[in-house]
Amino acid sequence: MDMLRYMLRRLLIALVTLWIIVTITFILMVTVPGSPFSDERSSNEAVQANLEAHYNLDDPYYMQYLLYLKNISMLDLGPSIKQPNQTVNDLLGRGFPISFELGMITIIFAVVSGVVLGIISALRHNGVLDYLSMGFAVLGISIPNFILATLFIQKLAADWEFFPVATWSSPMHMVLPVAALATGPMAIIARLTRSTMLEVLTQDYIKMARAKGLSPWKITFKHALRNALMPVVTIMGTLLAGILTGTFVIEQIFAIPGMGKYFVESINQRDYPVIMGTTVFYSTFLIFMLLLVDIVYGIIDPRIKLHKKGGE
Amino acid sequence: MEKILDIKDLHVTFTTYGGTVQAVRGVDLYLNKGETLAIVGESGCGKSVTSNAIMRLIPSPPGKISNGTIHFKGQDLTKVSEKKMRSIRGVDISMIFQDPMTALNPTLTIGTQLMEGLRQHKDVSVKEAKQKAIEMMNLVGIPNPEERLKQYPHQFSGGMRQRIVIAIALICEPELLIADEPTTALDVTIQAQILELFAKIQEETGVSIILITHDLGVVAKIADRIAVMYAGKIIETGTKRDIFYRPQHPYTKGLLHSVPRLDEKGKLHPIDGTPPDLFSPPQGCPFAARCPLAMEVCDKVYPIKSERSDTHQVNCWLQDERAKHLLAETASK
Amino acid sequence: MKTAEVEAQHSSSKIPDEWFQLKEKDKNASEVVSRPSLSYWQDAWRRLRKNKMAMLGLVFLVILSFMAIFGPVMTPYEVNKQDLPNQYQAPSSEHWFGTDSAGRDVFTRTWYGARISLFVGLVAALIDVFIGIIYGGISGYKGGRTDNIMMRIIEILYGIPSLLVTILLLVVMGPSLFTIILALTITGWVGMARIVRGQVLQIKNYEYVLASQSFGGKTARIIRKHLLPNTMGPIIVQMTLSVPSAIFAEAFLSFIGLGIQSPYASWGVMANDSLGAILSGNWWTLFFPAFFISFTMFAFNVLGDGLQDALDPKLRK
Repeated sequence: MDMLRYMLRRLLIALVTLWIIVTITFILMVTVPGSPFSDERSSNEAVQANLEAHYNLDDPYYMQYLLYLKNISMLDLGPSIKQPNQTVNDLLGRGFPISFELGMITIIFAVVSGVVLGIISALRHNGVLDYLSMGFAVLGISIPNFILATLFIQKLAADWEFFPVATWSSPMHMVLPVAALATGPMAIIARLTRSTMLEVLTQDYIKMARAKGLSPWKITFKHALRNALMPVVTIMGTLLAGILTGTFVIEQIFAIPGMGKYFVESINQRDYPVIMGTTVFYSTFLIFMLLLVDIVYGIIDPRIKLHKKGGE
Repeated sequence: MEKILDIKDLHVTFTTYGGTVQAVRGVDLYLNKGETLAIVGESGCGKSVTSNAIMRLIPSPPGKISNGTIHFKGQDLTKVSEKKMRSIRGVDISMIFQDPMTALNPTLTIGTQLMEGLRQHKDVSVKEAKQKAIEMMNLVGIPNPEERLKQYPHQFSGGMRQRIVIAIALICEPELLIADEPTTALDVTIQAQILELFAKIQEETGVSIILITHDLGVVAKIADRIAVMYAGKIIETGTKRDIFYRPQHPYTKGLLHSVPRLDEKGKLHPIDGTPPDLFSPPQGCPFAARCPLAMEVCDKVYPIKSERSDTHQVNCWLQDERAKHLLAETASK
Repeated sequence: MKTAEVEAQHSSSKIPDEWFQLKEKDKNASEVVSRPSLSYWQDAWRRLRKNKMAMLGLVFLVILSFMAIFGPVMTPYEVNKQDLPNQYQAPSSEHWFGTDSAGRDVFTRTWYGARISLFVGLVAALIDVFIGIIYGGISGYKGGRTDNIMMRIIEILYGIPSLLVTILLLVVMGPSLFTIILALTITGWVGMARIVRGQVLQIKNYEYVLASQSFGGKTARIIRKHLLPNTMGPIIVQMTLSVPSAIFAEAFLSFIGLGIQSPYASWGVMANDSLGAILSGNWWTLFFPAFFISFTMFAFNVLGDGLQDALDPKLRK
């Protein structure tokens, strides 16, 4: 019962956040010159007709706003101005699956390798392996993903030809983009896992587990890791957001035909409906991912005081 | 009587950035089968370190058993392998920790935590383990054991958790139970219940108990013998009667005197000063700086052990013939 | 000590009788303070100095700031002066970091970039702190309903993907130094506000604050001695760590074409400009901006880590 109330409350907050984002987007787009809502609209007649049909541009703003909300709630994100006969939904339908694949492979890789690095560091506290992996982690946090990506392309793909340079067609093509995108999140996870693991290892219940005569293996994986991973779950939302925005540059650098690439193109061409639509779509996606993370956290941590979360 | 545990000249040191801390400096202790020995002293005197040393649970580095022997049922625990030690922990020797709120893993059910020791060491089926777990829950007085096995620690009160911790410690039927301040974190009424539980368990299982505490009330209730520890050394040991009725060491006397009494309302008698720095312990008696009867010799030479009786020993220069006049003087005051 | 003990065991009779007299008590002797008492900040500084990585970061940042101020003056070149005949010169005694596609001196541009990055990072972080302290402070101090409502607002804002909003704002307002800082701070203060509120809530209930008040402590003294050390730590650490994320965001935005425009030269713009160049072997055009972005972020990160350890009152030994 508590769980249900908690989920409903989180859902409500997610919807409010979403509504705010949609509204901000609308207001910004109404004010910017050259947008579908502005007076100086596109000269292309076909595009103009699409826009008119979709937004009822001669209605007063509040009517346009309501229509806009209605369209969005029907998951209809409108036409593109720069590419006639293309809707934002078409672009998303083509690009998002690829971006999603890239993002998911990245997050799985980042979590698995980050947690492993973190555990090794914690168990070899102040040892050589600890220093090595934490040095690696600090570098990973410090080097922006687009710089890593450029470096990878130049050295590993162009100079040494270990990997294909660009596009997204085989597992070999995926190695470099995923590596460039995953390094940052992996480093963050590794550091977090290490520090919580070190803290957990000093807890009384770990001492108790040792006093029971359990093997180090069981103590690490059954007693310590579960507790050490809690904070990792809580930052998953932030990491997902980082990876998502990371796909914008990574897809551009590696010429991957995903949504990120279209999005950056639409920014450079000032294709406002696409910018708006993608922002709203990605925000929705992230907000529901955050919601999912919260619910997962509620399930795996039996202690959580569901109704007090966020307030403390 | 058969000695189940015999500690000789135990030294434990911790190497830190600031230098080496000599936490335990030559402790001699023994424990008879079926008896309860209380180790009493202020915080930081080395009593917990001693108990951790018996379990070989001293974090290393920085800690190290630098000298001495711990004989348990004929084998020296300071020499056995870590693997062998694991088969002793939880099976032959168990330990109970101070704070029941932190001693249980918050993410695992009580049942899992109760049964895992048993499943680790004894060849039992899940069903048998569960049966045994329910039996233990009954022994420590937790109602509805079957349902409660599925619950998590946060669903239990502090007193209940300590009962569970005791059940976990006893499930493999150990011969020695080390309880490190088992009642300190509990309410007074719950304390009494837990102490009664200890007495009951000892009666039913015959387990020997080492009780670490700074609370003389607890000691008076369940200890058979008492060892008073100060600055890493045992300064006086004796039966409960010896210590409570015929205390010899000024520190023991101060300790007894500092217990708040109902008939002297509002008056506290703390021992002035603080224990010495164990980075560089004094070469003489460590209590000399705080002792009302300190003599010149106390600063210079560590007191030899005086045997008051078979059970009662004390390390204090006041026991020396040449200091008797001082004792007489203070007694007449 | 051990030998003395052994000696005593065997020969207590050898101990002179006159030692068995009551000692003259020196009352002060037992009260000797074993270590000099340092103020909180002295102590934190002492610990920070022991952290080699943090000191490396600090030294780097000092040098970087120095070069950001004086670097461009050390060369005869102007930051945006094009010199097409001299494009893609490798690093040499003429052009220490080489020249880019338009023949501009990379050394000069790098230090201009440092100005932009440090300026954006520091100003964005300072604004975050400013808003965060006011918002979090009011929320925590008032408590009750006010706190509840203010925290709901935070909770809602927290769900907004900040970089997306930043992109949107820049698309609408057009990229400039001002709009980038505005866009970064419009969502950036939320984390700081949460931390400040948490700190305020905590200290409100601290017993030592109550104790100090009840002993008639002066308010200013209470704030300086008790409140500041215990609240400033997390805020300073958060600030140190938000500088690199602002620097990263600026570089990222430049990279997707929403960066600061000419006549400025930010590191992100320089990196973006040179993307095409590196495949043709002109590595230096990317290397220097990339190196300084990374090393600056590294320096702030390790300094933040070091400060976190040094300022934690619990770790005080």
